[in-house]
Amino acid sequence: MNFNILSLIIFLPALGAIIIACISNSRTKLIKYIAAAFTLIPLILGLVVFFNFDKSASMAGVMQFQEKASWIPLINSYYHVGLDGISLPLFLLMDFLGFLIVLISWKIDVRPREYFAWLLLLETSILGVFTSLDILLFFIFWEIEVIPMFFLISIWGSGRKEYSALKYVLYTLFGSAMMLAGILCLYFTTGSLSMVDIMQKGIGSYVAVVPAALMFFLLLGGFAVKLPVFPFHTWLPDAHTDAPTAVSVVLAGALLKMGGYGMIRICVSIFPTIARQYAPLLIALAVVNIIYGAAVTLKQTDIKRLIAYSSISHMGFVLLGIFALTQVSMVGATMQMVSHGLITGLLFATAGLIMHNTNERNIAKLGGLARQIPMITVIFTIAGLGAMGVPSTSGFISEFMTFLGSFQSHVLFHGNTTFVRVFTILAILGILMGAAYILWLLQRVFYGPPQDKFNGVHDADKLERVYSAIFIILIFIIGLAPSILTNIIKTGISPIIHLIGG
Amino acid sequence: MNLSLIAPEICVLATAVVIILADLFFQRKSFLAIISLVGLAVACSFTIHLWGGNAQTTFANMLVVDKFALFFKLLFPITAALVILASIDYVSRFSSFQGEYYALVLLSTLGMMLISSATDLISIFASLELISISLYALVGFLKDAKSAEASLKYLLLGAIASAILLYGMAFIFGFTGKTQLGDIANSIRNMSLRGASAAPGLMLGLILLIVGLGFKIAAFPFQMWVPDVYEGAPTPITAYLSVASKAAGFAIILRIFYSTFGFPTWLSQDWGMIFAVLAAIGMTAGNIVAIPQTNIKRMLAYSSIAQAGYLILGIAAMGFSPMMNHLGQSSLLFFLAGYAVTNLGAFIAVIAISNKVGSDRISDFDGMGKRAPLLALALTLCLISLTGIPPTAGFMAKFYIFSAAVQHDLLWLVIIAVLNSVVSAYYYLRVVKVMWLNEPKFEGNVPSSPALRTALVISCLGVILLGVLPNYVMKLAEMAAKMFAF
Repeated sequence: MNFNILSLIIFLPALGAIIIACISNSRTKLIKYIAAAFTLIPLILGLVVFFNFDKSASMAGVMQFQEKASWIPLINSYYHVGLDGISLPLFLLMDFLGFLIVLISWKIDVRPREYFAWLLLLETSILGVFTSLDILLFFIFWEIEVIPMFFLISIWGSGRKEYSALKYVLYTLFGSAMMLAGILCLYFTTGSLSMVDIMQKGIGSYVAVVPAALMFFLLLGGFAVKLPVFPFHTWLPDAHTDAPTAVSVVLAGALLKMGGYGMIRICVSIFPTIARQYAPLLIALAVVNIIYGAAVTLKQTDIKRLIAYSSISHMGFVLLGIFALTQVSMVGATMQMVSHGLITGLLFATAGLIMHNTNERNIAKLGGLARQIPMITVIFTIAGLGAMGVPSTSGFISEFMTFLGSFQSHVLFHGNTTFVRVFTILAILGILMGAAYILWLLQRVFYGPPQDKFNGVHDADKLERVYSAIFIILIFIIGLAPSILTNIIKTGISPIIHLIGG
Repeated sequence: MNLSLIAPEICVLATAVVIILADLFFQRKSFLAIISLVGLAVACSFTIHLWGGNAQTTFANMLVVDKFALFFKLLFPITAALVILASIDYVSRFSSFQGEYYALVLLSTLGMMLISSATDLISIFASLELISISLYALVGFLKDAKSAEASLKYLLLGAIASAILLYGMAFIFGFTGKTQLGDIANSIRNMSLRGASAAPGLMLGLILLIVGLGFKIAAFPFQMWVPDVYEGAPTPITAYLSVASKAAGFAIILRIFYSTFGFPTWLSQDWGMIFAVLAAIGMTAGNIVAIPQTNIKRMLAYSSIAQAGYLILGIAAMGFSPMMNHLGQSSLLFFLAGYAVTNLGAFIAVIAISNKVGSDRISDFDGMGKRAPLLALALTLCLISLTGIPPTAGFMAKFYIFSAAVQHDLLWLVIIAVLNSVVSAYYYLRVVKVMWLNEPKFEGNVPSSPALRTALVISCLGVILLGVLPNYVMKLAEMAAKMFAF
């Protein structure tokens, strides 16, 4: 395709950001309409890409919609973007979220010009991460995201926002510092920055300047901070709790997925044998993530902090699925990333609504809201059921696939399946605990005797119903017809499984 | 003797003389700035004209004109021009000696251009003194207590550093009997391993050279003059010190250590290790001490010590295998260019803001995002670039120089360096936070002169251009690094 559709999708939001930066702060309405337009067009184009994507088995592992141009010939770096079965669902997810967060932010009136400019820039950087096939380009998009997040959290956040923003930035930079060292080692081992070339030739065919395992862990460091993997998770509750609603949505919805995506795309694809060797360690960490995350979630008293901790638990499923290293589990992990993006995105959006409308975020002080705000109650309950993994929602199918795949995994522990089964069963406990914290949350916030102080509280207005409906529809489409995504993801995962062997 | 080879230098010298004379006759002193800018532009065009030719020597092998020297002869006049643009407002408030100010800036530029060409210990020392003496005077130009203290401190410590340098040169001369860098290299090369390693004089000379030059580039632990001098000097001169004077030091270190001591390998690995340790200590110390600073000029002073650490990493990489390829050298040159635009941009923005608020305290930058959004945006961009976050010059420069170090098996040093970048984010972002998050203490916007704005726009464009499309300058740096005549 000569028409550079991917570049157009990636850079339209950035263009919108520049246009918005030139508009006066007082023209709030205009700024919001421009922001909506410059995210809606990428969404529509993203859908065009999605429906034109060739998902036949012969295209497995082939990058589609590729664009390649020489960028810095001196270090063999290209502007190279493209999509395959792994990146397309995440790319489309970000297209959706990009538009939805503009709608979620519709009530922002403080310094709207800067707010929407940063929001759009953030979208460009995340879309760039999911499409880059050149490692330097990938890293640049990965890093650009830090600056908008710093401003978005520290200016429009709440609570200890400046502390949380700085903590977020320093953690992220720490992770990417490790990643940069790994990228440089990888570059000098292979002489190439192209993910596709390195993966096809295999890291084993090069003379490594440093042990391949060291490279693997340096690179993994960056992704582990982002996903986040225990013990690098402590930035997440702070950042989520203090960020403005829309930023929490995009943080849970897409930013965490950059970590999981990087693990599949770089760690597992480029270092299949190392991944296989160290997978038991990572699976153990995944179980810690799931159980520890869920246990801490149960104790939370702040509604946003509770959802934030539940994300840690859910990201444990992703880690488990990836490093179980079977086709089903990795497809499940990717599904889980998309599904969690929608479900937790909706949870954060609705939690934001509750906080905004009631001015209360302490769970103990909320209660009996089902009468006063029935609409929000319904939306929140549906999202909560998704997070619990109730059948017919996307949460069920992705968690089910993850467990199914992990349970059968026979590539780890030298083919001894007992350990991986034990770990998987321990991980399934996470589901049980998930049901506990979600149902208990619903009970404490929405049920019980109605309180007089919440009598005049507004329910969801028209716009809020519209975006919630979009979320819900997507959750059910994926839940009821998962093959829409699984067929695509499979084309991306199968070449990796081929590399791992077994 | 071919005078056309040093046409850029002659042009800068002539401009300096013309300014001193014109100062006597013209009442409108802004005219002097225009003369210096024109002179520097002409010097640049001479340099570009010389770029195509082969390396040639002149003045009895005291000077060489190769692409390496020409790279710096582009960098220094451009830096000087930006500094002069940023000085116009500042200088117009002086009651007298405006002409001398511009003339001294040009004379030190002349010294820097000469030192990038110098290939003889004598010409190296002479040009170094030309730079230093002009700068001593410029640092004390404000004539208040702080400025005078800074100038005296700089003079005394600078004199000691020069003495140490000279002592080191004397050792090397005594040991080899030569002053010309190429001759010294030959006599070292002709020595047997036993002969050379049994000669402590050579190593002592080498170490004294590192100390003397380490002072000029503000490498830790020879940096004690930096914070006070940077704080006391007129801010445009601080910018000039932090960028051009440092680049001149690196130019001569590169030339001496590559062409004279780059062979045999055991020797180069010796000094490579010394530089590697200096780099590690320098960036760590600079970054940690920068954290508690409350004055932005002092903070940038410590940050420049840390940046010197990253730059020394390039020299260390060169030392570990100088003959293998030119990645160490070319990445250092690219880093210098990226650092020049970034640091100049940061200082110019600081000049513009503190002109209005009348203070260099970070807390007085409160709410600059509201009072002067464009200035604050420019300063933010430069600080992001200093941190090394893309898409800016600082990121590309770090990527390039770290890649050189990784290639020469200095992964441990790169890991220290990337962790240091994280530490530096803490204090750079604090300034960003103050500007955008805090409420302004006073109302009223911050006007800036057209000259300042021009300089700022040029620097910021440089920061973005080197960050997004670095290829052109990288190629230039690579050509320069390959074209060492000696």
